[in-house]
Amino acid sequence: MSGRTFTLDGQPVPFTEGETVMEAALAAGVYIPHLCYRPGYGHHGSCKVCTVAIDGHNAASCTTRAREGMAVETATPELADMRRALVEMLFVEGNHTCPACEKSGECELQAVAYHIGMAAPRFDFFFPARDLDASHPDVILDRNRCILCELCVRASRDVDGKNVFAIGGRGIRARLIVNAASGRLGDTDLAKDDAAVRVCPVGAILRKGDAYTKPVGQRTFDLRPIAAVAIEEARRERERRRG
Amino acid sequence: MAAPLETASDPERLRRVAIEPVTRVEGHGKVTLLLDEANRVRQARFHIVEFRGFEKFVQGRPYWEVPVMVQRLCGICPVSHHLAGGKAVDMLAGATALTPTAEKMRRLLHFGQILQSHALHFFHLSSPDLLFGFDAPVERRSVFAVAAEFPDIAKKGILLRKYGQEVIRVTAGKRVHGSLVVPGGVNKRLSPQERDYLLADIDRTVEWSAEAVAIARRLYEEGRARHNGFAAFPSPLLSLVRDDGALDLYHGGLRARGADGATLFDHEDYATYWELLHEVVKPWSYMKFPFLRALGPDAGWYRVGPLARLWNCDFVPTPRAEAERRALLDFEGGATRAATLAYHWARMIEMLHAAEGIRALLADPDLLQGELVVKGERRYRGVGVIEAPRGTLIHHYRINEDDQIVRCNLIVSTTHNNEAMNEAVRRVAERYLDGRELTEGLLNHIEVAIRAYDPCLSCATHALGQMPLAVELRDATGAAVDRLTRDADGGVRRG
Ligand code: SF4
Ligand code: FES
Repeated sequence: MSGRTFTLDGQPVPFTEGETVMEAALAAGVYIPHLCYRPGYGHHGSCKVCTVAIDGHNAASCTTRAREGMAVETATPELADMRRALVEMLFVEGNHTCPACEKSGECELQAVAYHIGMAAPRFDFFFPARDLDASHPDVILDRNRCILCELCVRASRDVDGKNVFAIGGRGIRARLIVNAASGRLGDTDLAKDDAAVRVCPVGAILRKGDAYTKPVGQRTFDLRPIAAVAIEEARRERERRRG
Repeated sequence: MAAPLETASDPERLRRVAIEPVTRVEGHGKVTLLLDEANRVRQARFHIVEFRGFEKFVQGRPYWEVPVMVQRLCGICPVSHHLAGGKAVDMLAGATALTPTAEKMRRLLHFGQILQSHALHFFHLSSPDLLFGFDAPVERRSVFAVAAEFPDIAKKGILLRKYGQEVIRVTAGKRVHGSLVVPGGVNKRLSPQERDYLLADIDRTVEWSAEAVAIARRLYEEGRARHNGFAAFPSPLLSLVRDDGALDLYHGGLRARGADGATLFDHEDYATYWELLHEVVKPWSYMKFPFLRALGPDAGWYRVGPLARLWNCDFVPTPRAEAERRALLDFEGGATRAATLAYHWARMIEMLHAAEGIRALLADPDLLQGELVVKGERRYRGVGVIEAPRGTLIHHYRINEDDQIVRCNLIVSTTHNNEAMNEAVRRVAERYLDGRELTEGLLNHIEVAIRAYDPCLSCATHALGQMPLAVELRDATGAAVDRLTRDADGGVRRG
């Protein structure tokens, strides 16, 4: 421990050299909402839900290294509203029908939305036409719910060593593509126990046969709020790295 | 306020997938009466705006989503769709026989739904008509007037419904849009605490249900001549029955009786229901008209729902409800068989059966222990049928190699009763239409006839006791002669 600190909403937070603001905050037991970050899967910085104000400038906390003496704010009304707007955009850009979705109660997008107090989105729904790929015997890819966080891309490449997923297209036409000439998930080498299958924060990549098996009231986010789950997950990852 | 955030270049071609079926039939129920040359009522057409998007909506979805998705189909009986869809999905998953725990948990959920739905209908929607008479002024025929003049009845009605909702919450996790059913079984059993919680109020639930039957029966008996005759007509009846002929709301074979009571078919496998039932389309209605194939489209229409079930089965397998069924059948030489208003009485007998059924299930240790799911060999066609509160409910799916839905057909209870409701309206109009002018009295009588079938329209359950309704009269040339509209606030206007 170097004994270095920065302040988060006025409270001192210790960090070690090279840690991001997000990592230090989670280690200190402070939850900053996030979607594309997951401990152990690299730093990506695409969803911007984790944005904080650092010495007056907005920055993604999951990709910004902590520095001695920096003043970080996260619990401000402006940031709260911006986070809500970002999450609302994710909801209207895809087709997220939570009440019927098998990921309900296990979904981080839904849990983050609850955490930040999102009500009905302020934007019109896009209702985009997106497809569902059910060609794999054990796994479903439902692009209606994909938020393009690239966690599966990183997991497949860095953990599974396979490169099954990538993002193709740009802007509003960006979509998750798979590494097969046919474009079908069933023709890739994805296996049902791959990290890429487990890592999806929403209901876009799902194992067949698991649907609705956990009763309402006993699902992950029925039992604990996402803040507690995320802090716990970060702790486990630190322990894993320490060996 | 919604802000535009549309950046797609061709938004009009985007597929709409969000459904809010609850808002789909805002507005008025609509009835058209057609006269013949002699100004007699020739035909009545009750226009039902049925939600039709669902078949399209589920296409391409993985089949195990169906039992949960179908709950969005109907804001009124989501649990019924959850169960019927679930049974279809069992078949797709190759689960031919469920574990005792799974089947009993589902039956418990179903009884909860029957109880809450029947209590809602009787106490909130129909009791004003029945207690004050359907000629009473509209202000009086409201659930609020019932609460003021019959506080004990109103209170028990509310608590009976609440008990049914609690059964649903405990079994499916939530009062609305929970989930219990998974392909081949269920996702939970009851904890001893949950069982004890439901046991605490079950005795009074049974007693109050028995009191409700007594009220329904007394009201029927008091106005016997009118009730026997009001919108009364014989018709074939359809329902599921258990192997031994007992009433069974969750599972069984299809039985139909003709208008004369003779059995037309019995214990038929519902997995091939289309060999027995066909549907015709009529140009003036979005809702299809099913009929018994053996009798043809003209004579083959039939009734489903509480009255049909009690007349169709051989007995009710719980003792107090069975005694009440006997009274219903024996009343004045079987007069209730054809009587539209006997639906209310039958509904309360079924509510008693549900309460007795819940009590019996809660004593069963299978709810607390045992396997939840069975698996089998996947199949491509799945049909699920239950007896929902309003009648027979059919879900039918086909899937492809990848487990995706390619085709879906639903026949909901209200569709089965479609022609019967038209006939009921026609009978009422024939009797109460005076000349060529529509009156508020006629409007009320039409409403009472329709309501007896408890059609699943949001307009029918709208505004607690005041169905927004427009009735139009057309002469033999098709020209509109008169039109009377009652709005949701109870105000009546001509035109
Ligand atoms: S499929 Fe899931 S993990 Fe992959 S990019 Fe989409 S949301 Fe992220
Ligand atoms: S979590 Fe930091 S940008 Fe997504």
